[in-house]
Amino acid sequence: MTAVQSTSSTTNKVLGHPLNAWYVAAWDHEVTRKPMSRRVANRPLALYRTEDGKAVALADACWHRLAPLSMGKTMGKDGIQCPYHGIVYNSAGRCVSMPAQETINPSATVPSFPVVERYRYVWVWLGDPTKADPDLVPDMHQMSSEEWAGDGETIHADCNYQLVLDNLMDLTHEEFVHSSSIGQEELSESDFEVTHDGSTVTVSRWMHNIDAPPFWLKNMRDKFPGFEGKVDRWQIITFQAPSTINIDVGVAKAGTGAPEGDRSQGVNGFVMNTITPETDRSCHYFWAFMRNYRLESQLITTQLRNGVHGVFGEDEEMLKAQQAAIDANPDYEFYNLNIDAGGMWVRRLIERMLEAEGRLVPTA
Amino acid sequence: MAATNVEVWQQATVIETQSIATDIQRIVLEPSAPKKAEPGSHVDLKVMIDGEQDKRSYSVVESSEDGKRLAISVMKAPQSRGGSLFMHTLKPGDTLEITQPLQNFPLRVGAERYILLAGGIGITAMINMARVLKNLKADYTFVYAGRNRAAMAYLPELQELHGDNLVVHVDDEGTSLKVDELVASADLETELYMCGPIRLMDVVRRAWTERELNLPDLRYETFGNSGWYDPEEFIVRIPRLGVEAKVGQGRSMLETLEDAGVDMMFDCRKGECGLCEVRILELDGAVDHRDVFYSERQQHAAAKMCCCVSRAVTSKTGAKSDADPHRGPAVVTIEVS
Repeated sequence: MTAVQSTSSTTNKVLGHPLNAWYVAAWDHEVTRKPMSRRVANRPLALYRTEDGKAVALADACWHRLAPLSMGKTMGKDGIQCPYHGIVYNSAGRCVSMPAQETINPSATVPSFPVVERYRYVWVWLGDPTKADPDLVPDMHQMSSEEWAGDGETIHADCNYQLVLDNLMDLTHEEFVHSSSIGQEELSESDFEVTHDGSTVTVSRWMHNIDAPPFWLKNMRDKFPGFEGKVDRWQIITFQAPSTINIDVGVAKAGTGAPEGDRSQGVNGFVMNTITPETDRSCHYFWAFMRNYRLESQLITTQLRNGVHGVFGEDEEMLKAQQAAIDANPDYEFYNLNIDAGGMWVRRLIERMLEAEGRLVPTA
Repeated sequence: MAATNVEVWQQATVIETQSIATDIQRIVLEPSAPKKAEPGSHVDLKVMIDGEQDKRSYSVVESSEDGKRLAISVMKAPQSRGGSLFMHTLKPGDTLEITQPLQNFPLRVGAERYILLAGGIGITAMINMARVLKNLKADYTFVYAGRNRAAMAYLPELQELHGDNLVVHVDDEGTSLKVDELVASADLETELYMCGPIRLMDVVRRAWTERELNLPDLRYETFGNSGWYDPEEFIVRIPRLGVEAKVGQGRSMLETLEDAGVDMMFDCRKGECGLCEVRILELDGAVDHRDVFYSERQQHAAAKMCCCVSRAVTSKTGAKSDADPHRGPAVVTIEVS
């Protein structure tokens, strides 16, 4: 496992990932009776479902000669067979059949990782299994609630997962990266407020009496046909350690009380993001856009998903270029701006988790 | 974190030693590259026997969170080849070479019900597991069987920690373990983890099979160091190579053949993998199969043996008194690959 260098400014350019945490390995629909391979937190996993539909995550390397189990096939009630020499493991990772012998070597096991299926995702725990409490799965209830509708995708991002967290914790970048959809200059002109506790960080920003950018004007008109006029816009970003960020976003007709809590004259969405480190320089970025209006419209679901797909494509391009620039300039450091307060708290909480795991190596 | 079994050799300093039961010494080590030991793990360490270096494996009884305190416990075995005697001479401040904790006996978190079974010094492999199950508030029964209380290490501490979850069986008190009753208490949702003499483990395995429970739910670890018979000196012959050697009480057949210059193939050296298998051409005596590689049927056929752990003995029935004191040692004639 990679040791992490700490600096007092908590601005590591390549931040390690805690292992005692739930990470999304896949969307629920991706995991089937046909095994698939996915690397999570530097560990290749074979994911499949048992006959009863239970999701299983085994290390994707046979005990015998490390052939990838994900290339094999499911067998019996809950087993998977290595494609190379036919060794069969059950969902606990125990060998249940060995070729050419009447007994089974008691040492023949592959690690089986704790799995929880929740909020349309399959979550895995790669750290100490005795600490794998399902109550620690981050709250993403909008993903599977009758009061919310929407859909999402996965981005395979060629950057350290922390760069995605930085990106989401400060939305000032929307003005520059997403100028044609959600960007507007009021973003960097408005004030924001940062709060935190032991495992969450919240960044709130309100923009009053502004023009709705194209993305939000379209959403307002879906709910209020023919809408014209000014809006109050909000972005309330909530980080849950180590890598989930839900963003409460929306606009309402200006002056109708949204900042005070009455959002009835507006449209509200939640951008659900959970980032799973793949390697030190790549991650699986699972996102969805959920809304609480016009729930019946599959058209709007598709339009929103496609719209966000376009927006996040712009982020992906930037993140990849940023990682390349980081790697090309190993002797240059990061510096911080006032707008990084949210992202800096995120880094500090993650570093505390790494420290608790004994994996944060302070610099001398 | 997934267990890794890549051996990282390092120095360890003995920081405490204590006699905790008849012939059992507790030794606390501080490794130079500490790593927390997960339940079921062991360390390999280098011992000196008659000026020669050898390797031994001991279960980790306790590990601090940071891995800077690893406790093991060593029983002075009467038939020891010298490793346990060496371990009993260690004093605080001594150093020796050890690996980081290695894992061949992982505890799976998430079973409905657990039975942990320790026989004698096998308790060392179960203590860490039991503590984790207690912390997880799992449904577990911890069964500890021994000859007499004085020989049962950690008994008071375990009683205090596990209360009614700990069931103690003591031969001298007439409360010997009844394996059939124990296995009858297991169902398809139960995982049984055990460590103890091979006789005990064989009996449990048979009862488990008869009850038609799933074999992968029966977990055990063997270091290949106990058998159905006491070890005796015996003769091994390989006619094709013109080899005849005497296997001493404290040596294995594999070691003896290596000493005699035979190019032997092997891997685990504890009777699991089957790589050291030899073909038996002729046998004067019986085979004490100490491996878990062969099925009962195969062991009974006595056509092959795992020479890393299994031995030839003079007795035919298993009763020690059965052996004729006037006859010579058992002789096994083999062919090797």
